[in-house]
Amino acid sequence: MMYATAAAAVIIAMALALVRAFAGPTLYDRVLAGNSFGTKTVVLLGVFGYLTNRPDFLDIALLYALINFAATIAILKFFRYRTLTAAMDVLDEPAFAEPVAEKTSMAGGAPSGGGAPGRGGAKTGPTSKGGANA
Amino acid sequence: MLEFVRDALSIILFGLGAIAIVTGAIGIVRFPDFYTRLHAAGVTDTAGAELIVFGMMLQAPSWLVFAKLAFISFFLFMTSPVATHAVAHAAWVGGVRPMLGESLERGDVE
Repeated sequence: MMYATAAAAVIIAMALALVRAFAGPTLYDRVLAGNSFGTKTVVLLGVFGYLTNRPDFLDIALLYALINFAATIAILKFFRYRTLTAAMDVLDEPAFAEPVAEKTSMAGGAPSGGGAPGRGGAKTGPTSKGGANA
Repeated sequence: MLEFVRDALSIILFGLGAIAIVTGAIGIVRFPDFYTRLHAAGVTDTAGAELIVFGMMLQAPSWLVFAKLAFISFFLFMTSPVATHAVAHAAWVGGVRPMLGESLERGDVE
């Protein structure tokens, strides 16, 4: 009985997430709805295994949880770079060079000229890093 | 006696989880802004899924099923906030801005 209730609640929630996935104005709304739908699928698989007295469904649920996470990250990366492989070259050089330069500029700027140069260096840091990392 | 306590706890967990998941889904549909929708989805998905999995763990017929459920719970607990943060960060970098101010102007998409 309680399994059926939980399954019904999860199915209702999945339908509502689908509504957002179809209606969502931006791409990120759709990605969010898809990720939420996947999480609910994991729960529904587990509950369905209990409903039918076949807990082997939990293996599928476990696999689905991992694939869902990897798929979300892969979709986000694809829509940022339009490819899944070439972005590794972009990620390689600036991401490791950036924190060192930031740290030295902050250490040099703080005692002599107040907080302004250090703050400027920190402000340019996250934006360029965000462009490389996302 | 022990059976009764176990069933009662598990019914409570299932009920709380179902409420969390359904309210989160309503929030995904009804909220005005991407970031508020993200909040509804992220928080209630993590909490609701974990609560339902905990409820199933209480009813597990064997230790193997219990261990599988524990793994599912662990992975959901680790990956769900990371995925939510990744979506939020990608949206921010991609130019989606939240609604701000008392009149809730539409955040501009650059």
